[in-house]
Parts: sequence; C-alpha cells; structure tokens
Amino acid sequence: MGKKKKEVDDRFKRFGTVSFTSITKINDFIDYLDQGKIMGTRCKECGLFFFPPRADCYNCLSSDMEWVEVSGTGKLVTYSKLEFAPIGFGDDLPYAIALLDYGDYKMFGRIAGDVPEDEIHAGMEMTARVNTLPNGQLNYVFHKA
Amino acid sequence: MGKVGIIGVGQSAFVRGYPGSIRELAFEGFKDAMQDVGIPTKDIDASIICSAPEYDKQRSPAGVFAEYLGLVPQPTCYLESLCSSSSMGLRFAYSLVKSGLHDVVAVIGFQKMSEISSAESQERMGRGADIQWESPFGTMMPAYYAMYARGHMEQYGTTLEDLALIRVKAATYGQINEKAVYRRPVTFEMFSDPESPMSNPVANPLRVGDCCANADGSSCIIVANEEKAKAFSKKPVWILGLGAASTTVNLAGRDLFSGLTVAQQAGEEAYKMAGITAKDIDVAEVHDCFTIAEMMAYENLGFAKPGEGKELIKAKETYKEGSIPVNVDGGLLSKGHPIGATGGSQIRTVVLQLRGEAGEMQVKDPEIGLVHNIGGVGLYGNVSILGR
Ligand SMILES: [Zn+2]
Repeated sequence: MGKKKKEVDDRFKRFGTVSFTSITKINDFIDYLDQGKIMGTRCKECGLFFFPPRADCYNCLSSDMEWVEVSGTGKLVTYSKLEFAPIGFGDDLPYAIALLDYGDYKMFGRIAGDVPEDEIHAGMEMTARVNTLPNGQLNYVFHKA
Repeated sequence: MGKVGIIGVGQSAFVRGYPGSIRELAFEGFKDAMQDVGIPTKDIDASIICSAPEYDKQRSPAGVFAEYLGLVPQPTCYLESLCSSSSMGLRFAYSLVKSGLHDVVAVIGFQKMSEISSAESQERMGRGADIQWESPFGTMMPAYYAMYARGHMEQYGTTLEDLALIRVKAATYGQINEKAVYRRPVTFEMFSDPESPMSNPVANPLRVGDCCANADGSSCIIVANEEKAKAFSKKPVWILGLGAASTTVNLAGRDLFSGLTVAQQAGEEAYKMAGITAKDIDVAEVHDCFTIAEMMAYENLGFAKPGEGKELIKAKETYKEGSIPVNVDGGLLSKGHPIGATGGSQIRTVVLQLRGEAGEMQVKDPEIGLVHNIGGVGLYGNVSILGR
C-alpha cells in the first residue's frame, strides 16, 4: 500500500575507487565507461568541447549537449606516485596520479599500475583506457601508447 | 578617501592538539592583537571570521566568536577561501573600511585541525580538490604539489637538493620563532639520510621534509581607516596594494605546471596598485605549504626570473641578510599551517618587521613588505603589499 519509492539515478557513485558524487546530470558517462568508452560533451549551441563532460556550457549558457568519445593519445604533462593515500584508497597503493594533454583538452587520472616506473617520463605518449577496479568501481588509467 | 592601515596584529602559538575549544583558540589570537593595539573591544566596528569550514563542528563560528570575544552587537560574518581565508579577510576588511562603512574591522583567522579525528581530517584532505573528477582517483595535497614540483623540475632542471635548501632555511628561523610548531633544526644531510624522517617519500618527488605540518592556531589583524589608525597606533602599517585571483579547480583546466597563475596575477595587481615593482620589496612572507611552493613564489612574484628561483636560495638571498628575505619567521614549513589562521600570521610577521619589532628575526630596516597567501592547489591567490 505504501507510496512507491522514487527512483534515484545515482549511477555516478560507481566512478573511481571512492566516489564523492552520486547524482549528476551527466550520469550517462558511467554507462559509456561500462561500454569501454571515455566520453566528453560538446555544446550543440556553440560547439565548445568539454572534458571532463559537463551538463551546461559556460560559454553560451546552453544545456543542449551531445556526447563525444575521447580517443587518440595524449602527452604526459606531470604525475606523482603516492606513498600514502586518503581513507578508502589505501588498498590501491602505490599508485600514480597524472595529467594527460590531448592538445585541445587535458585529462586527470591515474597511470596504469603495470607501466614500469623507470619508463614513466613527462612528454611520453599515453592513451587512456577504461579500467575496472578490484572493488568493482570504474575509472580510467593511462597506458603507454 | 584616506589610507587603510593595520593597527594591531596577533596570533596564538601554532600547536598540535590545542587543549581548548575553538572559541578559546580564537581568543588567544584576538587578545594578542588587542593588547598590541591597546584599544577597548568596543572600538571594533565589525569582525570577519576566517577558516575552512570542513574542520569545524560548530556551524557558523562567526556568531559564537563574536559573543565570546565581546564583539556583539556589531556585524560579523564568516569568510572562506581555503588556506588564503584570512588574506581574503584582509581584502574584505580593506573594502569595508575604504568604503566608509566601518572605521575599524577585526580579521580573525583560526583552525583547529584537531577538532576532528585524524582519520576524518585525512578524508577531508582527499576532498580538497575537484571531488567529482579528481578525488575519486585518490588525490592528496602533497601529491598535487608534487605534480607541480615535477613540472618545475622538467621545465627548469630544479632538483630535490634545491628544494631541501628551502626547508633548511625555514628551520633556521623556525628554531627562533616561539610561536612555531616545529622548532628543531633541519640539516641538508637529513634529506639524503634514510634514517631521517625528512627523507621519507610522501608523494614523489616530495618527501616529508618538503611538507608543512597541520597545526591548530588563530590569528588576528585589526584594520582601520587613516584617522583611526593615526589616533590608535603609534606605528600604523599601511595597506599599499592588494591582488587576488582564482583559476580552475581541476588541473585539467590549467596550462602552467611550473608556477601558479593566481600568484602571478595577484602579484601583478598588488604591485600595480602599490605603484611599485618586485625590486622594492624588503621582506616577504610566502605560502610555503611545500618547499616547491616557496620556489614557485620566488618566480611568480618576480623575485627571480622563471627557473632561477633555485639560484636565490643557493646564494642565500632569501635569508635574513640576503637581498630579499623570505619567511624569516620559519614559514608554514616551521610554524605549521592552521588553514584559516595562516594568512593572518603571515601578515603579522610582515607588520612586526615593518615596525622593527620582529626581535631575533628582524630584517634590517624594511620599508615595504609583501604577503603571498595561496588557497588550495594554486586555486586562490592573494598578494598584499604593506608599507610603513
Ligand atoms: Zn555553448
């Protein structure tokens, strides 16, 4: 007899080892990750491309967006290997956070655990791929191109 | 409209695990500033309370502090820009006074980082950036600044040895600053000694010795219009220039990784407003939350050309006797970094220097000083230029 519970679209809680966001207008990003695709959004009004994806365009204030797949390789801008981690990330240690430059946009993420440390250097070509974490969560990591 | 002056400065000792409540902590910095200026509390027309709210259990500390410090019924409010909160407080106090809305305003910064457990604190640290797109990767403040350290090394050939020199300088002065949390000596050799905690990696390339410590503390700056400043203070210090800037939270939105654009931008604005250049600065306090942050500050503020900050520290030009003394109170590296109190402590140091009251840390006869205070990972930047 009770009232039907309102469905909550909290797909974004699956992003990263620990997600601090669950509800966002770009929750489809997670479905694309499930398909092995890393997506950004492009404003249909003014054509501006965003990565990470956004629901709203600050340039023309439109919220009419389309999904566009991120592909190709980027150059490693900088990175750091962590010896300590925040609560909830300890099991991932050691891991390296990093920034890739795709030219028109950049991507913040992690370097794949199997890239040998002595081969990592700024400027190297890398490519981002969807990764399923041991706890079942999804993120993306950078591999040697 | 006349000048705006700083007539009183104060801070608590910066400590680990302050044995009191946040209102009692705030009282210490406030009392120090009020005794410094020697006016009754009723002469304060408004207060601005500055801190980072994620460490507070008290919702809206401004009202609680105003009550405890005897600052009711005057207006009060809370102001936050992460680690630069109290420099932002100075900026807002300036505008309140300059506009004529108030004559005398107190800027009270505080942080009791031990208000919450260290596990909770660590969890909040992980959220000190873009929580949607960065924090899920397991980010921490040292790792972000480590990315800048690597950027600086790649761009300019800066070395870990160069960074160690900055910590050694900080410890030189931390030992003589009775308000500092870390007062032990630090030697260059410790950084290559695996037995020394200084050499332990945190987030490569940064080591324990490259990072400042959390602390509990409070600070207070009393700002007044020209008339009141001259009436209340024998040695008012004038606010000559203020600059402030922001940038994208997500590193993906930035282009520069060997410096902080907010520091460049805020510095240029402050110099322009004061009508001076970097060469005119006699003493500076910069936001050395990490050694690399001080290195970048040298360059972003124009004390050195980009990439040449390491030459400044190698030549000891930023020591007390050098051409541009920087953080001769030990900096955040020695004093500790109670987020909301830090800017006020930096301002206090420069004011004491300009008054010739810095004791053992006193630089020879400075006329113009600079405060560089950064919030987050180069997210917010405030530069304040003060003069006698
Ligand atoms: Zn648009």
